[in-house]
Amino acid sequence: MPKLPIYLDYSATTPIDPRVAEKMIPYLTEKFGNPASRSHAFGWDADQAVEQAREEVAGLVNCDPKEIVWTSGATESDNLAIKGAAQFYKGKGKHLITVRTEHKAVLDPMRELERQGFEVTYLDPEPNGLLDLDKFTAAIRPDTILASVMHVNNEIGVIQDIETIGEICRGKGVLFHVDAAQSTGKAPIDLARLKVDLMSFSAHKTYGPKGIGALYVRRKPRIRIEAQMHGGGHERGMRSGTLATHQIVGMGAAFRIAAEEMATENERIRYLRDKLWAGVSTLDEVHLNGDMQRRVPHNLNASFNFVEGESLMMAIKDLAVSSGSACTSASLEPSYVLKALGRNDELAHSSIRFSIGRFTTEQEIDYAVQLLHKHVGKLRDLSPLWDMHRAGVDLNSVQWAAH
Amino acid sequence: MSYSDKVLDHYENPRNVGALEADDASVGTGMVGAPACGDVMKLQIKVNDAGIIEEARFKTYGCGSAIASSSLVTEWVKGKTLDQALAIKNTAIAEELALPPVKIHCSILAEDAIKAAVADYRNKHEVVGTGYAACDPTVA
Repeated sequence: MPKLPIYLDYSATTPIDPRVAEKMIPYLTEKFGNPASRSHAFGWDADQAVEQAREEVAGLVNCDPKEIVWTSGATESDNLAIKGAAQFYKGKGKHLITVRTEHKAVLDPMRELERQGFEVTYLDPEPNGLLDLDKFTAAIRPDTILASVMHVNNEIGVIQDIETIGEICRGKGVLFHVDAAQSTGKAPIDLARLKVDLMSFSAHKTYGPKGIGALYVRRKPRIRIEAQMHGGGHERGMRSGTLATHQIVGMGAAFRIAAEEMATENERIRYLRDKLWAGVSTLDEVHLNGDMQRRVPHNLNASFNFVEGESLMMAIKDLAVSSGSACTSASLEPSYVLKALGRNDELAHSSIRFSIGRFTTEQEIDYAVQLLHKHVGKLRDLSPLWDMHRAGVDLNSVQWAAH
Repeated sequence: MSYSDKVLDHYENPRNVGALEADDASVGTGMVGAPACGDVMKLQIKVNDAGIIEEARFKTYGCGSAIASSSLVTEWVKGKTLDQALAIKNTAIAEELALPPVKIHCSILAEDAIKAAVADYRNKHEVVGTGYAACDPTVA
């Protein structure tokens, strides 16, 4: 029997790897200096640690450390990239392109830019969650200044073809921003090869601490952004504020471990994810959300038709997972990501995201499968929709009274 | 979402789950909600010759509080006349289960389910009803 509850929500956040925490601790206590202090050893030590971490982050994604700007996390990086580039380049045009399945940290800055007079095209993904590149190309206009497409989707784990999208953007003179919060340590990133101009990173999705992230800002060709935070001119004026040395050290250590271990770790995780899917897909009416091939090994998102997601999560409360059900959101709207794939509302309400990580064991996966088999059946016995389905009623033909 | 112990109890030990014979003249069936909204409740009542609800059954697709609300009303309607059952208000259901504000709609749905089940029974017996048509809480 594994220790309960079982954490299967690594896409929400990850624990800090103990090796990372160990590296961070001295910078909270004895090595507390401000890296901006140029006049004494306390400052020099902190600055050296920050620059080493910058190299470690750059190492995972194969860029120049000078192209890394520290931020408070991927949300801030997305804001800085999108609003910062749009405001700097608005003289060239005021049109931006993004995708409906982006994280809110991209969609909300886009909304803000619309309020500021910019125009944004929101592309629908294909039913498998991936972007049709012809549709993307067709959306580019002479006044398009920036496109933002995430690398790995947070809900369904699909990997967008940022290599080709980057080529298309570069060919059309459009800046390309990528939210890579969910992909570091999961999918390889080679910024020397990719035609990506701006890329957002988060530490806490990759076994680093919360509250720290980074933005990659390309130097060749040089990309300019307008600062969103003004102050002491830190990070070459792009992001003012005293650097959080211990957090930065943690992010560096976490990204170094990711670079060293991702190849072997991902094979182990893929085995566990495939075992989980093999286990649950034997249930009737279970639908996979998002493409299975172009997907990180960590993610499984499935809809358990005729069972509502929140009640399923209550039933499997020994598993920490998340759901696209409306009942888990304050808005009472089901997942906008699943709806953008063209999934009907019932399937969106019935979805569960399992995300597997470094500390997930095979025993935990076996337990999860067993628990799901037990409770999906129990909830279907309670479900009038399951009865109707079994009686051959097409639920789409029923005139439901909306409420 | 943190639920009250009463919600958890009804969710884990739902009362009166199942179905009654819908074609039976003594049975009234109400189905309310929509899958697109994330909850569908089916409530059935069996009414005896004295006009008393002697049995109730439910099936619900929905979140924990929707399941608990429908389980609770199957207990509450039992032993009541149709008019007494119709007097059950969503506020009483919400209060009994200590539903959080975002879950009040579950108690409204449960109240609507009672109305729909009673209306269906009355339609079968050609009693001019309260204006509620089965399966359509929006008519009223």
